[in-house]
Amino acid sequence: MANNVLEKIPVREQEPSVRATNFEEVCYGYNKEEALAESERCLNCKKPKCVEGCPVAINIPKFIAELKDGNFEQAYQTISESSSLPAVCGRVCPQETQCEGKCIRGIKGDAVSIGKLERFVADWARENGVKPKGAAEKNGHKVAVIGAGPAGLTCAGDLARMGYDVTIFEALHKPGGVLTYGIPEFRLPKDAVVAAEVENVKALGVTIETDHVVGKADTIDELMEEGFEAVFIGSGAGLPKFMGIPGENASGVFSANEYLTRNNLMKAFRDDYDTPIYRAKKAVIVGGGNVAMDAARTALRLGAEVHLVYRRSEAELPARAEEVHHAKEEGIIFDLLTNPVEILEDENGWVRGIRCIRMELGEPDASGRRSPVEIPGSEFEIECDCVIMSLGTSPNPLISSTTKGLEINKRKCIIADEADGKTTKIGVYAGGDAVTGAATVILAMGAGRAGARGIDEYIKAQEK
Amino acid sequence: MYTIKKAKQLNKANYLMVLDAPVIAKHCMPGQFIIVKKEENSERIPLTICDYDREEGTITIVFQPVGVSTTKMLSLKEGDAFMDVVGPLGRPSDLTEMPLEELKKMKLLFIAGGVGAAPIYPQVKWLHEQGIDADVINGARTKELVLFEEEMRSVAGNMYITTDDGSYGFKGTGTAMMEELVNNQGKHYDRMIAIGPMIMMKFCVLSAKKLGIPTVVSMNPIMVDGTGMCGACRLTVNGETKFACVDGPEFEGDNLDFDEAMKRARMYKTEEGRAMLALQEGETHHGGCGNC
Repeated sequence: MANNVLEKIPVREQEPSVRATNFEEVCYGYNKEEALAESERCLNCKKPKCVEGCPVAINIPKFIAELKDGNFEQAYQTISESSSLPAVCGRVCPQETQCEGKCIRGIKGDAVSIGKLERFVADWARENGVKPKGAAEKNGHKVAVIGAGPAGLTCAGDLARMGYDVTIFEALHKPGGVLTYGIPEFRLPKDAVVAAEVENVKALGVTIETDHVVGKADTIDELMEEGFEAVFIGSGAGLPKFMGIPGENASGVFSANEYLTRNNLMKAFRDDYDTPIYRAKKAVIVGGGNVAMDAARTALRLGAEVHLVYRRSEAELPARAEEVHHAKEEGIIFDLLTNPVEILEDENGWVRGIRCIRMELGEPDASGRRSPVEIPGSEFEIECDCVIMSLGTSPNPLISSTTKGLEINKRKCIIADEADGKTTKIGVYAGGDAVTGAATVILAMGAGRAGARGIDEYIKAQEK
Repeated sequence: MYTIKKAKQLNKANYLMVLDAPVIAKHCMPGQFIIVKKEENSERIPLTICDYDREEGTITIVFQPVGVSTTKMLSLKEGDAFMDVVGPLGRPSDLTEMPLEELKKMKLLFIAGGVGAAPIYPQVKWLHEQGIDADVINGARTKELVLFEEEMRSVAGNMYITTDDGSYGFKGTGTAMMEELVNNQGKHYDRMIAIGPMIMMKFCVLSAKKLGIPTVVSMNPIMVDGTGMCGACRLTVNGETKFACVDGPEFEGDNLDFDEAMKRARMYKTEEGRAMLALQEGETHHGGCGNC
């Protein structure tokens, strides 16, 4: 019988004042006692709303029930049936709008802390050497996956479990995609968590070829000629957006992608790595999403006073609630309802400040959010020596521009069926940010799963 | 791992390496570049492909040890390997994508400044293979630094050597030689391709503009991923922001903002300087003079 405690078990975290100066993980996660106590709060609903809220439909009540009974390995295998990256999802999913957002316990009191329980189970499995179960036997069919990010890893993992011979082609020198280059160490440890989950995907029999840029080294058509029967494109949305305001090419103005890639993929924060990063005195981050929070908290850890400039109000911040909360605790200054109009340079071409204008909220726009409107005459300057643009990203045209028959929409996104990832080119499937534009890890994973199903159906139909 | 088949010092400033990279060798075209990363903690360094052998599966690079990472590359010998080599990146030279008939009607002049001879060589060689002999000005500061002299001569139409100090060939810059050819020797060119230090390309373009010759340049700005992801390599061309890694590295020089590009190239100079000191002085390095 579930207990009726209204509050979830709190999770232990590094002290804000301490963690603001290091890159170690902020959240410690549950220990065994805490996880067991929290698992008691699950009602094991007959019609579990949480599963509906999960883009990869993890059997949440079942894994929590196994956990409650002390069957940690079973709990892990239950999650693994639906997710190739549980230790990642437990850390970076926006649970408050997904599984936990739908949890009945949340109507009166806190939702069950599903994300933290998932993380506990995944971390336990890793620490105890428990691996996901692979395919009983190979079916002899070859599939290529482009991009070793959340969509590609999920698609490859699912296909390998079905018996396919899968090769992932990754452009960077390390797999993981945004998990490796984008999300910082303090939120998602690279060696302990990301590399370990990638190893689990490899353990299912997936080959990962890094340093291989499909669209440049070879094309999708060439891959298919070489014997890959189907291709899944999970190449993400890597192209950074800029505002197009004066001064944006001044020295000291970076895209969040560049700043985070230097720090996360290239490990510029560590003295024993060669890649440089600019350690600002005062940094202004433009944007309000998860990437903006990551860039802000990274600049803070590298020694800067950090202002986050966002044109709407706090209620519209697209970032996860936990990230905003953590950023505030650490001392990020939020300049809301503020929009940059110009970046100011000193005599050497280095940024010396940013001119902004105050905004107010008007009528709702196409996104349903109240649109920000400039307040005339309210311009002011913020002095700074670094500006990081975090305005979102769009898909990279490297693949769409080199693949005949693959159609894209106005936003440069690959056109693909949501249900099975089917594109306009036979045998080619796609999913994740390459299709939707920048979204979340878990939505990309959901699309990877759908793509794996689509490819499986396609190849089986070809056999007949 | 990508094995080094050959490592050779060309002169006091430049080094050549032949790398085993069959996928790149199979697909690359003149004008494209690669990114190398020596080991786990190294930087990603963009380098132009200056030759390739599709059958052998090798590519050739030439580099100058200027920063920490390129200096560290000097420790690599024949038989050693780079941890990562990725490419081909960037767009092939426009010349390789033009209809051959049209190309054959054009009079082309290449101007190489110093190490710029390396990226120019594969273009001239490719043209030669198509039956087109382009003129080449191969310039350097001094005789010892003239690169690829014999190789270039074997594939070029006319080749003109220039040195700033007059120790070999024409005394003066490549730009001055170009002006001499057009103004005093009755040469006519439909298009020029100038590759070298940014300041050399800037003045070359200015001068060519006066003579009414469109000029293509190849840019090598700061880069991280080389696939369009980071935006570090952005340049202003015709008032528009372009990424050298995916939109280039070659651009029409006429409307390129060289001053901005030169300013951006200095962005990490302080950090690099410190790292270079640490590398040279090793354990004795404790943050420089205390004033910096």
